[in-house]
Amino acid sequence: MIRTSAPVEAPATGAWEELVTAALLGTDRRTPPGGTPGQEAPVALLDTAAVQTVRRRAGLRPAPAAERPEPAPPDPRPALPEAAARRLALLLADRPGAAGGGRRGTAPDLMELLPQWLAAANAHGYAAPPEALPALLDAARGRTDLRPAALVLAGPRALWLARLNPDWRFALRAAPGGGTALPGPEDAERIRQLWEEGLFAERVALLASIRERRPAAGRELLAATWATERAEDRLMFLDSLRTGLGPDDEPFLEQALADRSRNVRATAAELLSALPGSALSARMADRAGACVAVDHMRGTPTIVVEAPHQCDASMERDGVVSKAPAGRGERSWWLGQLLEAAPLGAWSARLGGRSPQEILALPVADDWQGELHAAWCRAAVRQRDAQWARALLGAPAAPEAGGPGAVSLAERAKLLGTLGAGERADWVAGFIAAHGLSEAFQLLGVCAVPWAAPLGRAVVDALEIARDAGSYPWSFSGVMGLAERCLDPAEANRLDGLLAVPDEAEDASPGAGGYWAEAFQRLVTTLRLRCAMAEELGGRVG
Amino acid sequence: MTQQGVRWTADQVLALAPDVASRKAGSKLGAAGSWSEAGSSDEGTVWGLCKGSGSRPYQTVVDIADAAGPAYKCSCPSRKFPCKHALGLLLLWAAGEDAVPPGTPPDWAEQWAAGRRRRTAEKRAAGAPGSASGAADPQAARRRAERRAERITAGATELEQRLADLLRGGLAAAEQAGYGLWEETAARMVDAQAPGLAARVRDLGAIPSSGPGWPVRLLEECALLHLLDQGWLRRERLPEGLAATVRTRIGLPGSADGPAVRDRWLVLAQYDTADAKLTTRRIWLHGTDSGRTALLLSYGAAGRAPEQALPVGLALDAEVAAYPGAGQPRAALGKQFAPPAPTRGRPPGVTTAQAAARYGEALRDDPWLESVPVTLEEVIPVPDGDSWQLVDAESDSALPLTPVAVGRPGLWRLVALSGGAPVTVFGECGHRGFTPLTAWHRARGGTVTLC
Repeated sequence: MIRTSAPVEAPATGAWEELVTAALLGTDRRTPPGGTPGQEAPVALLDTAAVQTVRRRAGLRPAPAAERPEPAPPDPRPALPEAAARRLALLLADRPGAAGGGRRGTAPDLMELLPQWLAAANAHGYAAPPEALPALLDAARGRTDLRPAALVLAGPRALWLARLNPDWRFALRAAPGGGTALPGPEDAERIRQLWEEGLFAERVALLASIRERRPAAGRELLAATWATERAEDRLMFLDSLRTGLGPDDEPFLEQALADRSRNVRATAAELLSALPGSALSARMADRAGACVAVDHMRGTPTIVVEAPHQCDASMERDGVVSKAPAGRGERSWWLGQLLEAAPLGAWSARLGGRSPQEILALPVADDWQGELHAAWCRAAVRQRDAQWARALLGAPAAPEAGGPGAVSLAERAKLLGTLGAGERADWVAGFIAAHGLSEAFQLLGVCAVPWAAPLGRAVVDALEIARDAGSYPWSFSGVMGLAERCLDPAEANRLDGLLAVPDEAEDASPGAGGYWAEAFQRLVTTLRLRCAMAEELGGRVG
Repeated sequence: MTQQGVRWTADQVLALAPDVASRKAGSKLGAAGSWSEAGSSDEGTVWGLCKGSGSRPYQTVVDIADAAGPAYKCSCPSRKFPCKHALGLLLLWAAGEDAVPPGTPPDWAEQWAAGRRRRTAEKRAAGAPGSASGAADPQAARRRAERRAERITAGATELEQRLADLLRGGLAAAEQAGYGLWEETAARMVDAQAPGLAARVRDLGAIPSSGPGWPVRLLEECALLHLLDQGWLRRERLPEGLAATVRTRIGLPGSADGPAVRDRWLVLAQYDTADAKLTTRRIWLHGTDSGRTALLLSYGAAGRAPEQALPVGLALDAEVAAYPGAGQPRAALGKQFAPPAPTRGRPPGVTTAQAAARYGEALRDDPWLESVPVTLEEVIPVPDGDSWQLVDAESDSALPLTPVAVGRPGLWRLVALSGGAPVTVFGECGHRGFTPLTAWHRARGGTVTLC
């Protein structure tokens, strides 16, 4: 309540208290103060109270100010263009429970566009309009996948707000150090202090950020306190060396191979095997080389495999796990680990100067082919070897690429990850052209957004074929949803021919044509919307 | 300024939505893909064809040129008003000229818009003689008014008796009697044709359960109700202005027969309150030249939004006429001279001390006044325990926010907008504190609605 001004006549406040007491108890029990003779007591009480009420209200004065919070730190980023700020408000307004209803209709799913919009706005380096911050924080609260991008856009003011509202505490947890910025690489004193005294999460964030900018400095920071860290902390810290891994890290990792903790040893070995020039790689190459050879005595040259007979101490030290999981033979289990860690570049010399394609084309004796090729797949992903990945993927149109071959879809998606964006898109486009969309979802997920033109065309063509084949569009809802988010908006005009309801073919599912038209309309509307969103932000949605 | 004026913002369009579901549905339709042959004319007509689930697209037309708020027509079967198509079309129009280019309306749109404008003009022309015909039988009208006054007098006398009984037995006993007692009394006041008294009585019923300090609030409200009864019973002896205020507070209908004031009226705030039977919409206007603040009231049946809608941040060149009664902000919108257009203007502000004083002064004309409209300049939202304050940037005095305002999401928009720095806020300042309704961007000058 606002304070009433200091009473001019001292008894006024006291008189009011007495009035309230009398009213509460009733005038039968308590005679109110004042009142004119001859008047009924309750009426006299009401008369006085009316005067006092208006008097109290008219005399209200402002209260003393509470302690003011520190102002929010300034946000030097440029403000969002006005149209983009309105778009953000619309996207956020769509959030809660928008998914209701079974059929999706022709209207775009705004919520699915929010991650993309946030990424694009952040790429431009804009700051969110302050009045949108509460809605942005609420959105990030409900969807953890939105948090990193939403908090970047929200900027320092959002953390300032989060300290005032317990609903938004998560923002403080997500930002290391409760929102205090990480020290820059030049601030050696603060880095050392935070590293030695900080909480675990703060230290992980610090190490990651330093490692990103100056890998050597990050490693030295870790090496300084390595001996005193707890085993599970060592594991996490060691894992952050994955970023910026290079030959310089070898001595440190080699030393970690002798660690007390088995998990730390295994991680160190894995990291070393990703360095093709490391001593561990060389040791692994020797071991693996001893197991695989080309036999020229047969009619055609054939790969023969001799799996290791034992797992000795030196192998265990290099990260080979000796105990096989249930249901796997020990020797093939050891072989798989050796092959996975051996540098792929060594095989050409070992197997008669053949290229990866030629090696993979060789027949393999005694049913070892599956084991061998699967291990090489894992090696190609770990060592990010594009040449081997390309050979292992094979031609996208090859018949075995579509079936359940040696290389699973998940492995193929990983192999694609080692290729450049353009090559990846071309391969997936070729795959879809040959095999259709039923297996394509996982592969499309690793392609760069927006999709390259050949890939986009392949997807649209395949969708058209699926429609003409008479199936319902919801059999392809996963791909359709991806297309809405990933297809280049410039492709929208190509889709115009698909918007009409086609004549129903005899063998088509009843009404499918109408649903397809609806699905394509939604696709086009979404693409146009993304185009508009990108223009509002002053560039392409990337 | 051209008739076409500046296009509205998406926020202003969305403020027209009758409910949350319509907002959402409308937002989805605010994209180019759903629409064809859309356009807007210089007269303020916006039209377009929207692809729905049927084979024929819906024809949607909106007339935004009316000061009483936009008018809509759509061939869809929805009973929402405006429907999602009208909202979507306006969003598209707000987005720019690419999607809704200027042009000449097609026949179906033009016919409707022309017909509407003709009818509005006829109604306006018929307005003056119409009121005369209403008073065709002044004798009968006077008899009716006398009969009603007698009923109200009987009601007020009965209410006085009930209040006296209440105070005799004590408010503590009333707490146990509960809500039923007040509901019954309120029904008696409805029978007495005194809706103002009925509403106050009903509000009394909620006070005992409203938390700490309720005896003070209950006594205050009982005393003010007693004051209103007494005002009615002795209305002949009151000055004319105050007597009119009493009649308004009792709930007698008045007509906006004050002198028409032409001004550029800024729309400061628009918000709805709803009870079981009625949705009440309040729109605050500020006259740029006159400095007056006026309140437009409109009503809708329960669950339906009132038709009059003026999005915040617009300014209209129009005449406004006051309803009778001293200290009454209520007014009616009269003749308009140009369609509403966005503006960057804002009313001049005062300090917290001046705002509190302004409320105190306003009680002189209307002791039943809950709050006055005030623009605070250079204030900082500051947390104060479980509540919040607006603190003067330059001094150490503060207005607390009302409990209602503290519970609204708008509070956080205000806090975020401020970031601990001073902002300009429009709201209602009364005996329970300050209720912020609208704030202004410091840099951009745009409005942020808080209610």
